[in-house]
Amino acid sequence: MTALPSDSVGIVVPQHVTFDKPLALTCGAVLDRHELVYETYGTLNAERSNAVLVCHALSGHHHAAGYHHESDRKPGWWETCIGPGKPMDTNRFFVVSLNNLGGCHGSTGPGSINPATGQAFGPDFPAITVRDWVRSQAMLADHLGIEQWAAVVGGSLGGMQALQWSIDFPERVRHGVAIACAPRLSAQNIAFNEIARQAIYSDPCYHGGRYAEHGVAPTQGLMLARMVGHVTYQSDDGLREKFGREVASGDLELARDVQFQVESYLHYQGRSFSQRFDANTYLLMTRALDYFDPAQEYGDDLAAAFARSKASYLLVSFTTDWRFSSERSRELVDALVRARRNVSHADIDAPYGHDAFLLPIKRYMDVFGAYMDRVASEASV
Amino acid sequence: MNPAPTTLREDLRLIAEMVPEGARLLDLGCGTGDLLAWLQKHRKVNGYGLEIDHDKITACIHRGVNVIERNIDEDLSDYDTGSFDLVVMTETLQAVRHPAKVLDEMLRIAPEGIVTFPNFGHWRCRLHLATHGRMPVSSHLPHSWYDTPNIHLCTFADFEALCAERGLRITRRLVVDANYRPNNVINRWSNLFGSIAIYGLARAAAPGRSS
Repeated sequence: MTALPSDSVGIVVPQHVTFDKPLALTCGAVLDRHELVYETYGTLNAERSNAVLVCHALSGHHHAAGYHHESDRKPGWWETCIGPGKPMDTNRFFVVSLNNLGGCHGSTGPGSINPATGQAFGPDFPAITVRDWVRSQAMLADHLGIEQWAAVVGGSLGGMQALQWSIDFPERVRHGVAIACAPRLSAQNIAFNEIARQAIYSDPCYHGGRYAEHGVAPTQGLMLARMVGHVTYQSDDGLREKFGREVASGDLELARDVQFQVESYLHYQGRSFSQRFDANTYLLMTRALDYFDPAQEYGDDLAAAFARSKASYLLVSFTTDWRFSSERSRELVDALVRARRNVSHADIDAPYGHDAFLLPIKRYMDVFGAYMDRVASEASV
Repeated sequence: MNPAPTTLREDLRLIAEMVPEGARLLDLGCGTGDLLAWLQKHRKVNGYGLEIDHDKITACIHRGVNVIERNIDEDLSDYDTGSFDLVVMTETLQAVRHPAKVLDEMLRIAPEGIVTFPNFGHWRCRLHLATHGRMPVSSHLPHSWYDTPNIHLCTFADFEALCAERGLRITRRLVVDANYRPNNVINRWSNLFGSIAIYGLARAAAPGRSS
């Protein structure tokens, strides 16, 4: 094994915390206890002013940066942005990343044992909203002794958590960074999520969500769900650039058993995802996305929701993102301006669609880095 | 990185003096945010800049100036009528596609506007055109005609005629030389000697009339 890259946080060890305090959920259910798995990178300073919370997106988890083992082929999912000298510079910030409640990577979720039945929750796991995540993350902040985050940062569904944090806990967030985000899902967004869910429901191995009791998993349905999702995370140009009409196997001239490159790519993506992700968690996370609408309890006035906040904001969008388009970020910016919040917005020209937020695009890194540098200076680190 | 410049370029200082404490301000084509940074620090304004130049946007973000990547020619309709106290546009008028529309929008978004632009009626421009028969190139307008962002150059007299036509009232006018300094001679013969003008604008009571 070659040495780990010098701009990586290196080997990290996930940590666990169990909260015995009841958590009242938006849906009315109460979780008497729940466990979160998280990782931290960098060092919390004496003033506790340099903590940054990273919130993950639909299929993310706590492992955002570094490596678990020297033999790991891949680092954490946001390695491009977390580490020494990177936008979330671990020489300056104490970065916290967790697996959200309802997840399938170690935090309490549908795969956990329901104390009431002694069986896995499965489909009985309560519906979770972005607000619930923020509340549970606040419990983690308390546990870590973090009164106020220097910044709460996330892309896509993660950005929604950053926004919700600043509305629900105005005293606890100095900066919100929402990348490739939206104020709520459009009908088209929800439609794609519903196709993904129906793919899972219609898998014969789904068993109404009690697949674990049958010793199976709806991997075929989850694979289809991921394939649909994956296409929406890419742009037309991006897929064309990557695959064009290249043929992986078969004979195009004879129209015989043809498989295009893009097909085998999607199969691979879907298959590998279905082997490492839980279908009930996927259903729960897509529902949380669908339900997100912080303006709802403020008379559908997004500016009124942000008027509570005391944070400053950075919004970044990508020109070819059609899942959460630049226009959706502009809606957020306009509401923040109406609410007299400090806000900056950059619209990055990149051909990679929604997934661009995970990629080291130069201008994106410059903008993100400049903002976080500012956040660090304010925190005197 | 300096949060705000300690000294402000003279024309920006003249503008800053026209901005009331705590104003809600929109700066069209805010550049690297010099004016906004100064006003945030010294006037406690709630200010936002619109800019499309990538490096300038990053510079604004780095110094803590609110900057929004948006095109003045296309996106001003995003802003509610009367949603700002003041809209400022420094040395950008000549580079927009629809100057008259932008001026109208400025005074829809706010009751007051401040506009600065270089004077194409300056004697050097006139002399250059008269003697060389070619489009003037100067330190303020350094681009060749075929490769310039300044697609709508005008003289002070042109601008004032446009304001009259669009029902925009000129509330004040300051003229400075090429070094952004005011002086008495250029004030009297501004359209001949003034390099840059700073106009305060408001909407006239009825369209078509100006003071």
